[in-house]
Amino acid sequence: MSQFRTPRKIALGLGSARHGVHHFLVQRITAIALLLLGLWFVWFVLRLPGLDHAGAHALLAEPCNALLMGLFVVAAFWHAQLGLQVVVEDYVHTHGWQLVLQVGIRLLCFLGAAAGVLAVLRIALGR
Amino acid sequence: MPANARPLSPHIQIYRWQVQMVTSILHRATGIALAAGTLLLLAMLLALASGPEAWGWISAFARSWIGLLLLAGWSWALSFHLLNGIRHLLQDVGWGFAIHQFVRNGFLASIGSLVLTALIWLCVWAQWGVA
Repeated sequence: MSQFRTPRKIALGLGSARHGVHHFLVQRITAIALLLLGLWFVWFVLRLPGLDHAGAHALLAEPCNALLMGLFVVAAFWHAQLGLQVVVEDYVHTHGWQLVLQVGIRLLCFLGAAAGVLAVLRIALGR
Repeated sequence: MPANARPLSPHIQIYRWQVQMVTSILHRATGIALAAGTLLLLAMLLALASGPEAWGWISAFARSWIGLLLLAGWSWALSFHLLNGIRHLLQDVGWGFAIHQFVRNGFLASIGSLVLTALIWLCVWAQWGVA
């Protein structure tokens, strides 16, 4: 196939979608982050049922937990947006719905990540 | 659907069952479920930030049978997506592509996810009894 590509196209390395491997790479980087953060997250959630509001609040307010929860929320919504984007690209075949869903998912994930970080900050900084 | 009807490729009911297709379908399905679950995690964080009343409401919901069902489902979805995600990352660097490895790793991710889920709920049960 490479004989059909111009040297400039190969040098740019952006492929037919003109986005290169950016989506692929960010999906993998957030996946690796979530792999590590996910293990911490399970450990954290397993401690919650034994705690009342004050206890849970104090646990998340610990700097290490607050940092990791903030990172987990951002990485989770970022990874979710990238994954849902591909699902919608694969199964939605009309331009209107494609546009509505792609923009809607991005806005919702950005809102979710921002609200999650704000909540963690409020808890960590003691309101 | 597109306005002009093009010939379609064979859909899932045509193929014989194999573990590779199960892991592929489940990876997408659990990914979508986890995206929805992340919104519930957000609800939990917002409740914790807003005070004891909201936290009490969300704790009660988590302990209700529908809450426990959702938590059980999400703990398995997280376990599966995590383990199959590791499989995908290893495949991305070129490991595990021989057919016997591919099949074995598919079973490892599937069965491993059930084991991991059982371990999580064993921890819950060991510490607090059955909800």
